[in-house]
Amino acid sequence: MESSEEDGGVPLSRMAEWRDVTPLRQDDGPNPVVPITYKEEFRETMDYFRAIYKADERSPRALRLTRRAIHLNPGNYTVWHFRRLVLEALNTDLDEELDFIQRIANSNSKNYQLWHHRRWVIERLGSNARSKELHLIKSILSLDAKNYHAWSHRQWVLQALGGWEDELDYCRQLLEQDIFNNSAWNQRYFVVTRSPFLGGLPAMRASEVRYSVEAIVVNPNNECPWRYLRGLYKDDIESLVNDREILSICLKPSQELRDAVVALWTSDTRPLDADLATAICDILEHVDSLRASYWIWRKNKLRIAA
Amino acid sequence: MESFTSPTVTQRDQILVEQQVFSIFKTFYDMPPSSQSFMLELQRENHVEYLTNGLKQLGPSFCVLDANRPWICYWILHSIALTDEFVDPELEDNTIDFLSRCQDPNGGYGGGPGQLPHLATTYAAVNSLVTLGGDKALSSINREKLYSFMRQMKDASGGFRMHDGGEIDVRACYTAISVASLLNILDDELVQNVGNYILSCQTYEGGISGEPGSEAHGGYTFCGLATMILINEVNRLDLSSLIDWVVFRQGVEGGFQGRTNKLVDGCYSFWQGGIFALIKRLNSTKGERSIPLGDGEDSTASSDATEESSNKDLSQGGSHSEKGDHHDTSSRVNVDDISHNSSKGHAKVDPLFNSLALQQYILLCSQDLNGGLRDKPGKSRDHYHTCYCLSGLSVCQRSWSEDEDAPPLPRAVLGPYSNLLEPIHPLYNVVLDRYQEAHEFFTGS
Repeated sequence: MESSEEDGGVPLSRMAEWRDVTPLRQDDGPNPVVPITYKEEFRETMDYFRAIYKADERSPRALRLTRRAIHLNPGNYTVWHFRRLVLEALNTDLDEELDFIQRIANSNSKNYQLWHHRRWVIERLGSNARSKELHLIKSILSLDAKNYHAWSHRQWVLQALGGWEDELDYCRQLLEQDIFNNSAWNQRYFVVTRSPFLGGLPAMRASEVRYSVEAIVVNPNNECPWRYLRGLYKDDIESLVNDREILSICLKPSQELRDAVVALWTSDTRPLDADLATAICDILEHVDSLRASYWIWRKNKLRIAA
Repeated sequence: MESFTSPTVTQRDQILVEQQVFSIFKTFYDMPPSSQSFMLELQRENHVEYLTNGLKQLGPSFCVLDANRPWICYWILHSIALTDEFVDPELEDNTIDFLSRCQDPNGGYGGGPGQLPHLATTYAAVNSLVTLGGDKALSSINREKLYSFMRQMKDASGGFRMHDGGEIDVRACYTAISVASLLNILDDELVQNVGNYILSCQTYEGGISGEPGSEAHGGYTFCGLATMILINEVNRLDLSSLIDWVVFRQGVEGGFQGRTNKLVDGCYSFWQGGIFALIKRLNSTKGERSIPLGDGEDSTASSDATEESSNKDLSQGGSHSEKGDHHDTSSRVNVDDISHNSSKGHAKVDPLFNSLALQQYILLCSQDLNGGLRDKPGKSRDHYHTCYCLSGLSVCQRSWSEDEDAPPLPRAVLGPYSNLLEPIHPLYNVVLDRYQEAHEFFTGS
């Protein structure tokens, strides 16, 4: 059994258990650059790790040592890698490993190595680990609903182990809490397009369009549902333009649209362009002036495509 | 009509940042011109001092970067090179020696001496050595072994693993392909299926994610786009949708956010801003912006048509473009084999993003007056943000330039003209003349 990470801060050199090992200093050279002023505990732990790593000793004490090293620097991918080798060699109970990773995650939820290690463990535990894992990711997302690693991991779990049934509802909950959460919108798209239970995008499109339109009506300045809408019609602009739900929030090219556009045109010196799309680009150039050169470019492309 | 519910987390976080940033801007606008000039100055000396100190010594809190030391080297050396300052020859030598101790006998560089070789730290080490330049630095790279390391990291999916048994993502693809290209060891074996993998990472939003299905993200979008250009498959991406995504990542603060509805961060000045530099390079080999509109249009047909009519457009003179100089593009090394259009007399075109607004954010909000740059006001400076804020600033200053040999017009540089940084090669993010030296060294040309 692994001891707790607090070995009481006892130096390894004073432990009987490590007496036979000669710690290996880092080969930094005589004049290293970017040298770190290591604290004694750190330096010593890594010196012992180097010795064990070089000797390729895959033992219980090696496992404990990697735990200690990971606590000191969770970014050391070499230590994580070696830990995996040791776990395999010792055929260790991986459920406990999940607890270990979780403790590290509490203060390092944005660390690549940790999440990758978690994937490795879950791969070996299989579908039994699924619901606990999805639950854990939820709790991490409850602290930071946009944690990129957590979301990628969640998608991986769903694809590798399933659990799709409640996912659309989970997205809905998150969006109720924060309709501006783009990660939740992205997850929604993921579920709608890939869940084996929903029939894919064609089957889901109508209800998703309705959902997006509702979101737009509440917050028209929220970029997420607009992009999501376009995503629902990815390769089919014709259908997007003719979708009745969408027409409830956007105007088709028509006199009504033209009148609305004319009302926005404030210049006395220049008449509004006869071509509606060009006119809209002109207006956007002024009302979205941060992106003025983009709208000018779009306008020029209209001319070229015409 | 907006509903009056209490602000969500996103809204609240955004409002707090806007308040801080606008208060800085307001203070700036209310200042007399002489103070304004000072505020817009790039604090070169202080930044270089902060950087050089880091190269020499780092405190105990850097333990958490003990597996990232080549990165720290790169962030520091590249930043210093951008300011056109020099590193003590002794420090340079020490860096070459240190990095060679990070080099694995079987190829690739790890995060420190004796650590497992890793694609990201390999990228950082190689870029550091290229930035240092000179025979000693460049010949210290064991290209043959590095190639075999990359072949081992190659995955059946087309992507690359970061290290033995490590994670696969778009970043790994970029670091591998970028280094292979720079060292002239890129081949069909490495390139195979990379395009398919990256394509599968372009999301419904238009940006690119780290893995298929994940959210569109500035860092991965830069990596994905750069990689596709390097392997000559960029037209497989939906470029118009990518551009449409990235232009909307620039916010009212002037800086860029990494993802939709997230907060501005100085490092995206490069990851997102650099995308425009990549697009500009693509376009200047084809004439006026000939990016197909996508959405069902046949890209081959429209790019022929656009090229022809865009030349007409150029000769008539667009509403905002000026008659530009002839320029010779042959000095710019181009990874694509597309014949360039230099004789048509390129008009100067405005960049697609707001270069001055981004420069304002970087200079007024990201600078730490004691040296170094940061994510946003309230955050601490660090070497990573220093590197990417400065890289972004360089991109901004050059965003109107068609010819890297001609210095930019004063109007392209916010603040005093002395703010001007060295130009970078946007595919690799190394200073352009260091790239050119390395290119000659590794291709023997």
